[in-house]
Amino acid sequence: MADAVPPVAMTGDDALLDYLLRLGDSDVVLAQRLGEWVGHGPVLEEDIALTNVGLDLLGQGRMWLTYAGEVEARSCGRGRSEDQLAFLRDGGAYRNLQLVELPNGDFAATMVRQFYFDHMHLSLLRALTGSADARVAEIAAKAVKEVAYHVERSDDWVIRLGDGTSESHMRMQQAVDRLWPYTGEMFAVDAIESALIETGIAADASALREPWLAAIDAVLAEATLTPPTGEWMQGAHGRGGKQGIHTEHLGHLLAELQFLQRAYPGAQW
Amino acid sequence: MSTEWPLWEVFIRSQHGLAHKHVGSLHASDAEMAVKNARDVYTRRSEGVSIWVARSSDITASSPGDREALFEPANTKVYRHPTFYPMPDGVKHL
Amino acid sequence: MYAQLVDTGTSKLRSLADMSPEERAFQQRIDADVKVEAKDWMPDAYRRTLVRQIQQHAHSEIVGMLPEGNWITRAPTLKRKAILMAKVQDEGGHGLYLYAAAETLGVSRDQLIDDLHAGRVKYSSIFNYPTLTWADVGAIGWLVDGAAIMNQIPLCRCSYGPYARAMVRICKEESFHQRQGYDIMLALCNGTTEQKALAQDALNRWWWPSLMMFGPPDADSVHSAQSAQWKIKLLSNDELRQRFVDQTVPQADHLGITMPDADLKWDAERGHYDFGAIDWSEFQNVLKGNGPCNRERLAARVKAWDDGAWVREAAVAHAAKRAKDRGDRHVH
Repeated sequence: MADAVPPVAMTGDDALLDYLLRLGDSDVVLAQRLGEWVGHGPVLEEDIALTNVGLDLLGQGRMWLTYAGEVEARSCGRGRSEDQLAFLRDGGAYRNLQLVELPNGDFAATMVRQFYFDHMHLSLLRALTGSADARVAEIAAKAVKEVAYHVERSDDWVIRLGDGTSESHMRMQQAVDRLWPYTGEMFAVDAIESALIETGIAADASALREPWLAAIDAVLAEATLTPPTGEWMQGAHGRGGKQGIHTEHLGHLLAELQFLQRAYPGAQW
Repeated sequence: MSTEWPLWEVFIRSQHGLAHKHVGSLHASDAEMAVKNARDVYTRRSEGVSIWVARSSDITASSPGDREALFEPANTKVYRHPTFYPMPDGVKHL
Repeated sequence: MYAQLVDTGTSKLRSLADMSPEERAFQQRIDADVKVEAKDWMPDAYRRTLVRQIQQHAHSEIVGMLPEGNWITRAPTLKRKAILMAKVQDEGGHGLYLYAAAETLGVSRDQLIDDLHAGRVKYSSIFNYPTLTWADVGAIGWLVDGAAIMNQIPLCRCSYGPYARAMVRICKEESFHQRQGYDIMLALCNGTTEQKALAQDALNRWWWPSLMMFGPPDADSVHSAQSAQWKIKLLSNDELRQRFVDQTVPQADHLGITMPDADLKWDAERGHYDFGAIDWSEFQNVLKGNGPCNRERLAARVKAWDDGAWVREAAVAHAAKRAKDRGDRHVH
């Protein structure tokens, strides 16, 4: 892309480390957002169900970050633990998608964010089960079963709320439109990913966009919602969350997430 | 319109070979949601491999008032139990 | 406990001879340890008392999600975050099982929730105290869940079948809760001086409220006798409280922190710990709504419920549309 920031040349384990952070950070940040819902859901059953999604993502995030630390150790001799990575990096070193750091908003916004993310997440993980890196393939294979269920749940809610009452329809359409510009980044491939795609380690996210669109459109149609058409995408031109450029929201999220580790440096919990 | 979701009874089969067993109930707006909610509420600790749900209002139960008429007659049919038949010592495989 | 003051509508026990034939048969079944089931005949007072007790218990689980939930986003490690999320989620599940048990008695969950939101039915006083530090999450697991388990284990044998079965499930799941709390306290007490101070501070603030959880002294428990006769309360408040103290003091010793009670000492003759006087005026005030967090807790529950109204409505509307579609297809 013409306006892409030239990425730092990264190869081998350095690139893999960055890629693993992209995978892990999105999981951890989204789990953090879902954690905010615990005890505040619209109905008890859904409170419990949404927490299960959060727990799945947190578990997956921990696996990616743990592996990231191991890759770091073998590349520079000293690797960070999952907690050092999660609690002691500032926002600029976080590699999650901007979509997942956005505030929860109402239940419509939470479910649409989940819906957009889950569909990408599932096809990405499916592709990664064939990764040339055995650990990546192994983690993806474990996560893919959990995420298949997330997709089912999100589809159900989008359809139910889209084709529910006029109020729910309106809230859903607003959320679908408002979050749309944050979906482009999911499929943007920069030099770091390109290098890993070439070696068969990473999945080619750009190839996932068409099937994603088809799946999203089908569900939105059943939900009687209008698919957004806006072309402008936040962070999709090499200046997004995957490159460490975030919305204002991430800083606040991390201030909360990291509070204890920052206030009591070096303590064991 | 009441917005309370209907009540469903949940039955879980814990492992292959055992029958589904009633584990509790929950609310859901339709049957598909009831199955998913049952998965999230009642199998958080790997309790099951199969779920049935039924609307609570669709279940017909025997009446407690009929307990004696329904169940006590069976108590007198002791000949249905193998222990009713004494076997001579030394007779095997019976 | 989670149901601290349950009005049975009666303060005087009647003997079998004073009862109607139905009531006598009912009491005799209870005396014979036969479980009462949803469709069985039961005295109105028994039904009313159970609804109140079970729903107080259920509300306590749901409101109890809030003080600990307050620390989910700030848990100090990813592992602690996962454990806490799962734990608070479990409390939601327990509330759900209990609401379902109450629903077998002919009330709807919406009615029960409305009772909570309107302040007609209480939840445990303990959840009106604030969680100020991470150590409070440990203290709640250790002390509050510890006290709860002590009360709940006997309830697995209570006379009402659906309640007893819910308690069996809850106790099974609850067993990790107290341990994770103690595990947090252990980590703090084995940590830095600052961390240990957090642990001691949490114990100082949670100890007395935990003792109050068991409810007023037996001498002031006007409804206990009837509940005991019905076997929906199996051990007395003071009995449970003493057991809790006896069990917990050695655990604190192991942590190297001390109860905020100058009168606490082992009484070799009784074979129990003696402990200081509980400030019951604080307990009464917290029940009345004057605890540090009463307003916040209830407001959070009401807000979640009100914010979720459009979601619940939409799901019902969608299900009705789908049912109609299916009906139409069926006709054609």
